[in-house]
Amino acid sequence: MEAVVAGQKLNLTEEGYLTDFSQWTKEIGNEIAKQEGIEMTDRHWEVIKWLQVQVQADKALSVRGIKNSGVLDIKEFYALFPGGPLKVSTKIAGVPKPKSCI
Amino acid sequence: MKNLLILGAGTAGTMMANHLRSKLKKDQWNISIVDQYKTHYYQPGFLFLPFDIYTEDQVKKDGKKFIPKGVNYIQKKIEQIFPDENKVQLEDETLNYDLLIIATGSKIAPEETEGMKGKNWHKNVFDFYTYEGALALRNKLREFKGGKMIVHFTEMPIKCPVAPLEFVFLADDYFTKKGIREKVDLTYVTPLGGAFTKPKATAALGHLLSEKNIKVVTDFAIEKVDNETNQIVDYGGQIVDFDLLVTVPTNMGDELIARSGMGDDLNFVPTNHHTLQSIDHENVFVIGDATNVPASKAGSVAHFASETLTDNILLYLDGKPLKQEFDGHANCFIETGKNKALLIDFNYTQEPVEGTFPIPGIGPLKLLKESIFNHWGKLAFRWIYWNMLLKGISIPLVSRNMSTKGKKI
Repeated sequence: MEAVVAGQKLNLTEEGYLTDFSQWTKEIGNEIAKQEGIEMTDRHWEVIKWLQVQVQADKALSVRGIKNSGVLDIKEFYALFPGGPLKVSTKIAGVPKPKSCI
Repeated sequence: MKNLLILGAGTAGTMMANHLRSKLKKDQWNISIVDQYKTHYYQPGFLFLPFDIYTEDQVKKDGKKFIPKGVNYIQKKIEQIFPDENKVQLEDETLNYDLLIIATGSKIAPEETEGMKGKNWHKNVFDFYTYEGALALRNKLREFKGGKMIVHFTEMPIKCPVAPLEFVFLADDYFTKKGIREKVDLTYVTPLGGAFTKPKATAALGHLLSEKNIKVVTDFAIEKVDNETNQIVDYGGQIVDFDLLVTVPTNMGDELIARSGMGDDLNFVPTNHHTLQSIDHENVFVIGDATNVPASKAGSVAHFASETLTDNILLYLDGKPLKQEFDGHANCFIETGKNKALLIDFNYTQEPVEGTFPIPGIGPLKLLKESIFNHWGKLAFRWIYWNMLLKGISIPLVSRNMSTKGKKI
């Protein structure tokens, strides 16, 4: 579906995830974070950047993978993005959340 | 003489040996395939073994039977690949290659989760992704009188991503037939946002779990298995109790890939999505579960990929550009219990949808819908696997690339 976020027309899934990462900007990330009740800090952006790099390198995202990231530990991940951190952080990062085949 | 070396004689490696022996001239190319294990397992059968639907004999055969004449079958442990020197070191010899195919698959890594492979492993904590695990679980289920049973998977990617769902559906059916279903509290625990994660599948199948009285716990990122309290605990603080835990641990590529410095964090080899050439070495190709391509890790995917890879290897040897062809095509039957199954047919970009298969508008198989005919298809597949798939024979009417015909897109 189409929606306007941070003044830009975007293609989103029904759950609000970007379908085309090339449309992503930091302003859009900020706006989605606000909707999720998250005030972004430099630390948040560091994590978002890391997630985007992982996805671009075809690496599967998982909470356990965070442990080996060298960027942050799992406790901090939950503190930064409360309530399903992977689900929330991927939405802000403009990348797909982890999925199965059906 | 030139040397083509295949590492791994599982589904993908065996298919490549069969494809290439008939395509490469015997007076120009030696083909060798290396695998330390003698037995070839029909891995889809591990889903049926715990429920006494299949016997041990139906899921294993001597691997040698499927390696074609004219291929050198080496049953030795592989120590390391040296891709810059075109060499592979085995336990007691070193092989040189001109072209290498990596087909070393993926396997469970329960040690990645604290307490999973603890004192209760194969006592009340089971996997069903190994022959030993499926068999131990069968023996446990034969005696199980009731209680809290969890079916769980740790994280994506896993081999056959629908298997945990199929397992919980078959468990419901198994306990119903045994007359103890009301004594079993069945819970499906997933790290993802739902039991189904694609819009069309969620709409078509979302009702199945509640209909079968299966509870669902979502967004569960497992931290540990507590062997004292018999609980699984997630990083966010969620806790689920169990008497019997059936889990799919983290899946990883072979340690060989890590030893050789050729993999990502999960030991999967970075591979071109459409040509199946490795990203780092032009004379190394990768197929099946060993790759990092975002397709399902499944035998059908390896089958479709093997046709593209065969063409691409011949093109590579001729010095011609490779086909950017492979589309991540997968075709999977999904058991839903009560002798019914679903069929899904999808690729990298197209999610599973409803429709008819393989003949558009006719079928006889129905996509994303439960039917008895699909269940027969799943059972018939074992014969197709041993007699057609491993030998590299194309399945009539089913092309390597996914067809959109007959699909409601």
